[in-house]
Amino acid sequence: MTSPHREPDRHPETVRLVGHAGEPAPGHEHHAGHTGGPPLSVWLVDVSVGYEDKAVLEDVDLQLPAGSLTAVVGPNGGGKSTLLKLIAGLLEPWGGTISVLGGRPGEHARAMAYVPQAEAVDWSFPVAAGDVVMMGRYPRLGPLRRPGSRDHAAVAHALDLVGMTAHARRQIGALSGGQRRRVFLARALASQPDLYLLDEPVTGVDNATQEDLMAVLDAEARSGKTVIASTHDLASAAQHFRSIVAVNGTVIAQGDASLVLDADVLMRTYGGHLLFVGERAVVLDDAHHHDEAPGGEVHHHEGTPGRGTRRR
Amino acid sequence: MTLLTDPLGYEFFVRALAASILVGLVCAVIGTYMVLRGLAFMGDALSHAAFPGVVAAYLLGAPFYLGATIAAVGTALAIGWITRRGRIRGDTTIGVLFAGMFAFGIFLFSTIPNYVGDLFGFLFGEVLGISGADLVALAILSVIVLGIVTVLWKELLYSTFDPLAAAASGLPVAALEYLFLGLIALTIVISLQAVGIILVVAMLVTPAATAQLLADRFSRLMAIAVLIGTLAPIGGLYLSFWTNTASGALIVLVETAAFLVALALGPRTGLLRARRRSAPG
Repeated sequence: MTSPHREPDRHPETVRLVGHAGEPAPGHEHHAGHTGGPPLSVWLVDVSVGYEDKAVLEDVDLQLPAGSLTAVVGPNGGGKSTLLKLIAGLLEPWGGTISVLGGRPGEHARAMAYVPQAEAVDWSFPVAAGDVVMMGRYPRLGPLRRPGSRDHAAVAHALDLVGMTAHARRQIGALSGGQRRRVFLARALASQPDLYLLDEPVTGVDNATQEDLMAVLDAEARSGKTVIASTHDLASAAQHFRSIVAVNGTVIAQGDASLVLDADVLMRTYGGHLLFVGERAVVLDDAHHHDEAPGGEVHHHEGTPGRGTRRR
Repeated sequence: MTLLTDPLGYEFFVRALAASILVGLVCAVIGTYMVLRGLAFMGDALSHAAFPGVVAAYLLGAPFYLGATIAAVGTALAIGWITRRGRIRGDTTIGVLFAGMFAFGIFLFSTIPNYVGDLFGFLFGEVLGISGADLVALAILSVIVLGIVTVLWKELLYSTFDPLAAAASGLPVAALEYLFLGLIALTIVISLQAVGIILVVAMLVTPAATAQLLADRFSRLMAIAVLIGTLAPIGGLYLSFWTNTASGALIVLVETAAFLVALALGPRTGLLRARRRSAPG
């Protein structure tokens, strides 16, 4: 196996198509590495979850060590956001065992930063960019206490990291889509978490923003923080992340980021939405953006899986 | 000058002034969060839901604050619970419970012989008739509501703006939601005597809505709402005194006028700006 130290670039596990290995349930008291690697940040065994009586994820087994930089990929409705919410403690699992940062989901909530999809936010809300970032400090401040100099320093540092210092006083709705994502990442940074859970953090943003934000997340992962982000941009997953989790109703595959180039994994993740034309794979992901697509319209996202182009 | 000082010679006017300023203040603070949470309809619902409590208290000879609080807080918690549990949208739940509770109030009311006389007071308020004891109760309830908001303003703000992220980072978002519904209910109870069941929603929503037209930062929005909420009752009560007309209605009309002025002159919605924008192609 890989050595547990000095190789941050390599995921400690090799490519692994997930089956039913019958692994022991994670005890909450120990989250030390199973194979002597870094301790596990997230460990799911045989977890299922859904909304009302409709299952979204079933039989999920997942192990993510501290310091990993993981993209969650898969078709829309496949359970990417649900997986993140499950780990964040926002959804109660129907069954199975979940260990997050060595405890129940939500037990170490202050060591965790969750960033929702951009669609989930009311952008007309009367807060400036700096106010949003300061919210990342609220949970650790607790009731009654006002932000102090350390909080202001953390906010200033976070804004600086994402290049938004000059825009700190602007109302969030007045910012561009990319700037909004920068601000929300800054809020996560300001809370100084051990685990980042980011729902589509770089979807629909310009290239410069994507590069900047991924560089920041890469640095966080190298310093031992765990970063888990959903994306339906396979090119971005292969290029910017070190490991991936492919999800469609369950975890299809988990392993090195290059796995998104694997035809078998793509086939099993995207199923009928995938079309091979010669050596090129075409993802016919008509499910995504279904909210805004007029009836009958199908979006063809083509390109090689490694460098696919996305519709903005 | 005597136009302004004369009314102050009447004890009932001074009491009414104190009561309605306090009501305006509490309503503006709670209303700011309400508007940002999209709960304006909830204010209307809870004020109507308080009606059976008021009538029941009247029938039993209990303090009306007690009856109104039990009915409004109970309904608020029921709406929260049903919405979280059931497969029914929040606004639907509100519609069902609010009409049901109000109907129950009317039913109770109709059991009182010769009931027509007091109905007007319940529905439209009679702040000029507020007693010293009621003023004290109102002040105590106001201190409770404002105290809770002072302690939890950050948590309420974060859970309003981004409930998912707030919950994930450890804020008890569901508990805060219930608490806030309870605060709305208490605020309505505080306001009933000043403006009555029908007009409470305006006291809650209009100052914050006006402030939304003028400010894009939370602290400024709250400050403007409080300013409108505390000044409007003063203007409304004097107008009511001079013209011998309904006090609650005039307080609300002053707030509505402020809203219309802000709409016409505000930086984002102002007619001047709209005209400037549409002029050049």
